[in-house]
Amino acid sequence: MLDALLSLLPLIGTILLIVIPLLLAVAYLTLVERKVIAAMQLRVGPNVVGWFGLLQPFADGLKLLHKETIIPTRANPLIFLVAPLITFGLSLSAWAVIPFSLGWVVANINVGVLYLFAISSLGVYGIIIAGWASNSKYAFLGALRSAAQMVSYEVSIGLVIIAVLLSAGSMNLTSIVESQKGLWYVIPHLPMAIIFIISALAETNRAPFDLPEAEAELVSGYNVEYSSMTFALFFLGEYANMILMSAMGTILFLGGWLPPLEMVPFTWIPGIIWFFLKISFLLFIFLWVRATFPRYRYDQLMHLGWKVFLPFSLGWVMITASVIVVLGVIKA
Amino acid sequence: MKMTSHPLFKVFKTFFLVDLLSGMYLTLRYMFKRKVTLMYPYEKGRLSIRFRGEHALRRYPNGEERCIACKLCEAVCPAQAITIEAEEREDGSRRTTRYDIDMTKCIYCGLCEEACPVDAIVEGPNFEFSTETREELYYDKDKLLSNGDRWEVEIAERLEREALGR
Repeated sequence: MLDALLSLLPLIGTILLIVIPLLLAVAYLTLVERKVIAAMQLRVGPNVVGWFGLLQPFADGLKLLHKETIIPTRANPLIFLVAPLITFGLSLSAWAVIPFSLGWVVANINVGVLYLFAISSLGVYGIIIAGWASNSKYAFLGALRSAAQMVSYEVSIGLVIIAVLLSAGSMNLTSIVESQKGLWYVIPHLPMAIIFIISALAETNRAPFDLPEAEAELVSGYNVEYSSMTFALFFLGEYANMILMSAMGTILFLGGWLPPLEMVPFTWIPGIIWFFLKISFLLFIFLWVRATFPRYRYDQLMHLGWKVFLPFSLGWVMITASVIVVLGVIKA
Repeated sequence: MKMTSHPLFKVFKTFFLVDLLSGMYLTLRYMFKRKVTLMYPYEKGRLSIRFRGEHALRRYPNGEERCIACKLCEAVCPAQAITIEAEEREDGSRRTTRYDIDMTKCIYCGLCEEACPVDAIVEGPNFEFSTETREELYYDKDKLLSNGDRWEVEIAERLEREALGR
């Protein structure tokens, strides 16, 4: 028994090594978001708590922690409390297959892409359960809006992923990155990369597709009834999802941990740093877009997802497949 | 036909996200501009000389209070925030025995200041007088006179400069 536990220790260590920096990254992403958006609006942003506001995320976290967790009288308490756990747990578990550098991965499975896709699809459950368990019409409508939006954009993300899979000839994330040596997929698949980023915005309910929250118009979305730690878990899950989507974009299109050129000054820098830089760049795009564009209307959102992205990416998948067959470069 | 109004040009613009990218370029440029934030408690904005802030009752340079209890301010006050009671003093001059302003009723319109024939009641430049209880905002004569003593220099200067524009 003890031996079994001891043999688990390295695994637990690895998990902590991923989860703790991830949570820190989420905390600081909220600060960076406020700072970047403030800068784009000619403001300074939080700068009172700690140097340059560096302790602000912890102040916010502490504030949320010592608030009261309110469970609505008519809510289903068990499911109500499980929903944020689902959202948060899923956004963490997806990181198991993300390769941070060559061989730096918890589970190097052959269906890594499918696993990622499955986990991000399951994320809808956390939201719809939250909306349903709250037993409040606002939360319920918000949950329906979120779910419809996430499901719609998952379709085009799926096709985008297929285009990349065809070119890489593998579903293993490590070999997808390895196959980008010399040419990142962002160059041959540029339209797909753009569709991926836009769909990722919609998938994570971020501006300009943040209709489920739309703080200027609605009282939040599926999470209206949540407070304190339960709310914090949704919040953390949402931001962890943003980072996850950026990591996915990095692996699929920006060559993961590979340096931009296989030359001396670039190869000196370890892969994890390239990976980190690329994720930061994609996250910056998330924030940049939020500071720039007004919110979409709901019908425009659905139009974009189903009538523009879906046919376009479907066509692109066919073109990719044809090119691969004609050139005879298929691996397998 | 101009090139920019050609329908194909529109398709080109939509397809290559030209408008979206130019918008993002604008926000990116703004990111590096000088910030306009004022660090409020440490930095303060400039106030107009006509700024209508906290009320004060002024005195003459010899220390005699200006107010003659004519009650014009009480009459003109649209929010009926001012309450005055008056009596003859031992030396025979007419003075207030009570001068209360309910700051929670006051709408800071400045009519009391306009109505006053002796420049006794004025609205000074102070706007940082928030309190923790409602009761502290029911100002009485002592509070208003002490406000006058505290802000006299600023108030006198502002009145003088404003008179030039009248």
